[in-house]
Amino acid sequence: MQLTNRSIQVVKKELTLSERLYFPAILKGMLITLSHLFKRKATIKYPEQDRELAAVYRGQHVLKRDDAGAERCTACGLCAVACPAEAITMESAERKKGEEGLYREEKYAKIYEINMLRCIFCGLCEDACPKEAIFLTDRIVPSSFTRGEEVFGKDILVESMTERVDVSKRQTPEVLSFKNDKKHKHNQTYLDRKN
Amino acid sequence: MTDSMLIYKIILCVIVFAVSLGAAAYMTWGERKLAAWLQDRVGPNRAGPLGLLQPIADGIKMIFKEEMIPTHSNRWLFILGPSFFMLCACMTGVVIPWGAGWQSGETLYPMQVTDINIGLLYLLSVVSIGVYGVMIGGWASNNKFALLGALRASSQMISYEVAMGMALIALVMMTGTLSLKEIVAQQDAGFANVVYQPLGFIIFLICAFAETNRAPFDLPECESELVGGYHTEYSSMKLGFYLFAEYINMFISSAIMASLYFGGYNFPFQHELGLDGNVLTAVQTAVFFGKILMFIFLFMWIRWTLPRFRYDQLMNLGWKVLLPLAIANIIITGFVMLFTGKLG
Amino acid sequence: MLTEYAFWLLSFIAIFSGIATIISKNPVYSVLYLILTFFSIAGHYFLMNAQFLAAVHIIVYAGAIMVLFLYVIMMLNLNQLEIEKRSNILKMLAVASAGLLLVILSGAAHSADALTANPNKVTPAGMVEDLGIALYRHYLLPFELASILFLAAMVGAVYLSKKNLNETQA
Repeated sequence: MQLTNRSIQVVKKELTLSERLYFPAILKGMLITLSHLFKRKATIKYPEQDRELAAVYRGQHVLKRDDAGAERCTACGLCAVACPAEAITMESAERKKGEEGLYREEKYAKIYEINMLRCIFCGLCEDACPKEAIFLTDRIVPSSFTRGEEVFGKDILVESMTERVDVSKRQTPEVLSFKNDKKHKHNQTYLDRKN
Repeated sequence: MTDSMLIYKIILCVIVFAVSLGAAAYMTWGERKLAAWLQDRVGPNRAGPLGLLQPIADGIKMIFKEEMIPTHSNRWLFILGPSFFMLCACMTGVVIPWGAGWQSGETLYPMQVTDINIGLLYLLSVVSIGVYGVMIGGWASNNKFALLGALRASSQMISYEVAMGMALIALVMMTGTLSLKEIVAQQDAGFANVVYQPLGFIIFLICAFAETNRAPFDLPECESELVGGYHTEYSSMKLGFYLFAEYINMFISSAIMASLYFGGYNFPFQHELGLDGNVLTAVQTAVFFGKILMFIFLFMWIRWTLPRFRYDQLMNLGWKVLLPLAIANIIITGFVMLFTGKLG
Repeated sequence: MLTEYAFWLLSFIAIFSGIATIISKNPVYSVLYLILTFFSIAGHYFLMNAQFLAAVHIIVYAGAIMVLFLYVIMMLNLNQLEIEKRSNILKMLAVASAGLLLVILSGAAHSADALTANPNKVTPAGMVEDLGIALYRHYLLPFELASILFLAAMVGAVYLSKKNLNETQA
């Protein structure tokens, strides 16, 4: 039965003299490897040289603050629900008086953890987020010696105001148009409000 | 033998040892670089410029690694195996003429440690006892995979030795001598021996690949079937000795092929250049090393091109193809010599 | 002077390893000692300036025959097999035949003239040309007869192995 039109029928025919001599085939193979001697090397010498990443590359997450420095996340849990790998857990808390500068809304995430060993970097959390709080960035998740170190808490995820993380690079027109889709009404309203 | 000659010979001996060890060390670097280039990679480039200090780093690593001797192994034979293999690898270099010789006053200092009149047989005998290093090591490990690897290695080596010796017999018939110095000197006058003995050269080349356990005949260290072959149980510098001796063998067999079939240190039109004796010797030695490098490149090139033979294919090639071809080569050589009247 | 020391050293090694070959319990050790014996004998050939004989001795005996011995012993793992008890008559016969061999050897040694190692005197039998002339001119018939004997032995071995193969297949 033919499954694809690319399949090749195996024919066990007698080898011709040149095939039985081995040498022509060996020479052919050696010329192929020799031609690779002069080809461009595929290696990227990493610490000195960075691999060029796609504009929409999805790497380590960031929890954004707004321009005043307050955390945007309200611990609604939509990201955790959207996550296919169940990598996100969080615990919410109520904002106290005097903490308005720290948290934008009345509810905030007391604990917010992403297990980087589980995360598949699909970016569904970013799409699900109604508050523009979580983004995937072009940073590569560093390796570690223990599994515990790979569970990133708020200390790693939340950006600091001194070194803000640029997430605009990933927001290409295609990504924005995807986010403007009717299914993602929250984005629409936010962008409308922004404009 | 005068005292100065004796001292010169000892110095030359040390130089030959040092050169073959150094060459082997840098062949590991060359092998990794070439393998990388053939696979569109860069290869070792961290230790020193172009990774040139890599062999030294490897050596330091090998020496400082933990030494393991299996409890149920035979301790003395376990140590004897790699030592013997290394010894045999180093012993072959002494009969190779590295150049014509240095003229100093009246005496000519030949660039060959010893010119025994049975140089070729000496080479064959050293090659044939090299098997013991592998066999003893594999048996003393008290490990079935090591033993199987050793049996494979030894049967491969003794099988291909036969064809190798037969290929050499045709050459000896033609040149009429067993001394390497003579054979090289004869090629100064006429063409290189490969012109007269193309079949013999190809047989010798294939056998050299098999004798040095190089791909596509690297069955003794067949990782996919035998864990690691005869050196499965070896670690640290003992393993280093086995691996290192392979490179020395490769270097020496390249030198042998260059001197037997490719004119050794001779090169075309060498006497028309009008060079003075010692300068000519220096150029000749450089040319000889160029030829050796060419063969080493061939060894590595083939290793990174061809897949390994299957074991029955290996034995078929050795006994049913190469041996009859070598015997046919002897007969053809004999007939040609008879009809051209070169029979002595 | 140097050659004399070398002679004594080689003789000592040869005799020591020869005895060790017989008394070792482990067959692998026996074979290894035998190889050592062959090496020291090859060294003796070198001392007598018979380089060709030395090289061929190493190639043929140490390099080929003993490898096969070692090969078979390793493959069969003989060191685990018990050596069966031999009957007294067999032992006596063995001693008698060994004694006969000793008589023949000592007789041959007695009648031989030069047994001293002399590097200055070139023994013609050791050089390639002289050996070739001796084998292919003076002793051509015995040489060829010996080769026919080997051929017969080889054919016999092949036949025996084939016979076994047929029985197992049937």
